[in-house]
Amino acid sequence: MAEFKTNPEILQPENVVYKRTELLTDKALSYCPGCGHGTAHRIIMEVIEEMGIQAETIGVAPVGCSVLAYEFMDIDIQQAAHGRAPAVATAIKRLFPDKFVFTYQGDGDLAAIGTAETIHACNRGENMTIFFINNGIYGMTGGQMAPTTLPGMKSSTSPYGRDVKTMGNPLKMTELVATLPGTLYVTRQAVHTASAVRKAKRAVRKAFENQKLNKGLSFVEIVSNCNSGWKMNPLQSNEWMVENMFPFYPIGDIKVNDDK
Amino acid sequence: MKELRLMKGNEAFAEACIRAGADGYFGYPITPQSEVMEYLMAQKTQERTGMVTLQAESEIAAINMVYGGAGCGKRVLTSSSSPGMSLKQEGISYIAGSELPCLLLNVVRGGPGLGTIQPSQSDYFQSTKGGGHGDYRLIVLAPSSVQEMADFAGLGFELAFKYRNPVLVLSDGAIGQMMEKVELDIQKPRFTDEDIRKNTPWATIGKTPDRDHNVITSLDLESIKMEQHNHKLQEKYRLIEENEVRYEKIACEDAEYAFVAYGTSARICQKAIELARAEGIKVGLMRPITLFPFPKKVVKEMTDRVKGILCVEMSAGQMIEDVQLAVEGRVKVEHFGRYGGIVHSPSEIVEALKKQIIGG
Amino acid sequence: MAKNRGEIVVDTERCKGCEVCIPACPEDVIAMAKQVNRKGYHYAMPTNDLCTGCTNCAVVCPDGAITVYRKKFND
Repeated sequence: MAEFKTNPEILQPENVVYKRTELLTDKALSYCPGCGHGTAHRIIMEVIEEMGIQAETIGVAPVGCSVLAYEFMDIDIQQAAHGRAPAVATAIKRLFPDKFVFTYQGDGDLAAIGTAETIHACNRGENMTIFFINNGIYGMTGGQMAPTTLPGMKSSTSPYGRDVKTMGNPLKMTELVATLPGTLYVTRQAVHTASAVRKAKRAVRKAFENQKLNKGLSFVEIVSNCNSGWKMNPLQSNEWMVENMFPFYPIGDIKVNDDK
Repeated sequence: MKELRLMKGNEAFAEACIRAGADGYFGYPITPQSEVMEYLMAQKTQERTGMVTLQAESEIAAINMVYGGAGCGKRVLTSSSSPGMSLKQEGISYIAGSELPCLLLNVVRGGPGLGTIQPSQSDYFQSTKGGGHGDYRLIVLAPSSVQEMADFAGLGFELAFKYRNPVLVLSDGAIGQMMEKVELDIQKPRFTDEDIRKNTPWATIGKTPDRDHNVITSLDLESIKMEQHNHKLQEKYRLIEENEVRYEKIACEDAEYAFVAYGTSARICQKAIELARAEGIKVGLMRPITLFPFPKKVVKEMTDRVKGILCVEMSAGQMIEDVQLAVEGRVKVEHFGRYGGIVHSPSEIVEALKKQIIGG
Repeated sequence: MAKNRGEIVVDTERCKGCEVCIPACPEDVIAMAKQVNRKGYHYAMPTNDLCTGCTNCAVVCPDGAITVYRKKFND
């Protein structure tokens, strides 16, 4: 492979068009190579930086792979018990109505043990944002089946594939919360390609801006991959995600600034 | 100037919390304590002092709302009754582990399981030995009057912030539901953002350029650090045991026997003392006000003079273990108590004293 | 005719060799180095000078390891 020589004329500070946001700490991300969590963290922090609201934002991290989000996000943040982030965030937002409050949760956290907290925070129309990273599996604990695991999809607790007869169908939390008048903006995004990331970032921005309107909860699902859980390399997992997850979890806005 | 009122225990507690400058209440209905939330809602606390009152979808959600508010340095509380308190134990462990101040009220009812809605004292172990997972303790205050239900709201918040620890007011269905005269404090202001920045600089109210970001968590995957954190918690509990013991002694000067009882049982023992002394039996009462820290030294000193101790609890006997630990076998210690929701009578207690302690 | 030319700088210690940036680049600039970083990951590196500074690679990088430069040249 030809040895590439850098061009000092280009490598000038004034020519920087993209660099890592300062709102991510220096700590190396604990996520597996190619995992969408890192990208999701990054665009959320980029939006907070671009909106200049670092001093006005309080985050709530879950239990799951992103339990350590508080080590990576340079904002005031609380780590909630498994599934309870929407309740924790509800109190923070009620006590500080002018602050920007968000939860960052995985599918096990939000759609299994935290189902009630998710539905009721949405039903109360809390003026906050929920970021829901859906990779169809429990990553942190080693790849168990989640409520979002697809029919026939293997995991350490559905080793022969999820059997709908005995283990039920995957739970579409995003469509479910969209039926609640308390949700103002409900969308499903992805972060596996540059264009998907750009769209997702616009959704993140909209979700934060919505908090100024005081007209309900913004719910942003990000369908993501899980390389170690799905036992694939990152590029394969992104392809598998497009072929298998997207048909069941279609990407796109479900409800845009409509509180009916 | 303090205000005099005739109020139910639950309502006096709620009113006292508003006056103590509470910022947020997060609750869920359960007999026999639903009046706390009903009263706060009727008071329109948001308009009155800016205090948030919110009914959650479960006791679990409510305690996690308390966690969120406490992590922001606010005075926050929840109230429930036995089964509801069981649901809150994980959240309470998180709050203790993250060293957050908050106020909890348990208006105890008969158990186990769905039990009954009648009063009981069978949550002593859960309250004082750490009802959730991990080595932690709650400061536990045991009111035996409507006045103390009110007083322990303000005291509770004070101790919670002094030690950055949950404080539990352990009441019961009788005290929660009875009406008595109560003197109420004047309104104390709620915390401003400036108070929070100054008094609780660890609170998550938004990372300003002048400081690193604040993180509220009870997690540490590095065992060395986790052990150090636990040592720090144990040191806190040692300090609490050293400085915060509260109790009351009644008719103990010449007592040859003693009751040890708290809450409703302590009230009834005072009548039992009258009946017993009318029969020439010199008995007194030691009433622990703090169940943690338990008044060990006081109980131990009593054994220099009394020949026997009857622990009177509306349970199968839980506090008796702490009394036995303090007495170290020097004198006879026995338990008496009706439970399952039944409240013992003064004469039953006198009979038990005669049969189990004096007669023995 | 003015032409944008760009360049990327990869934080080789932060890169985990996930290769997600490779298909994201419209000019096939990026490949994995033979060398590995401290954690044993082959890290991404530019292999030609066709980069236009479009930032696709940086936008899709889960670890935020890529800094992108762009300059307009009037050839």
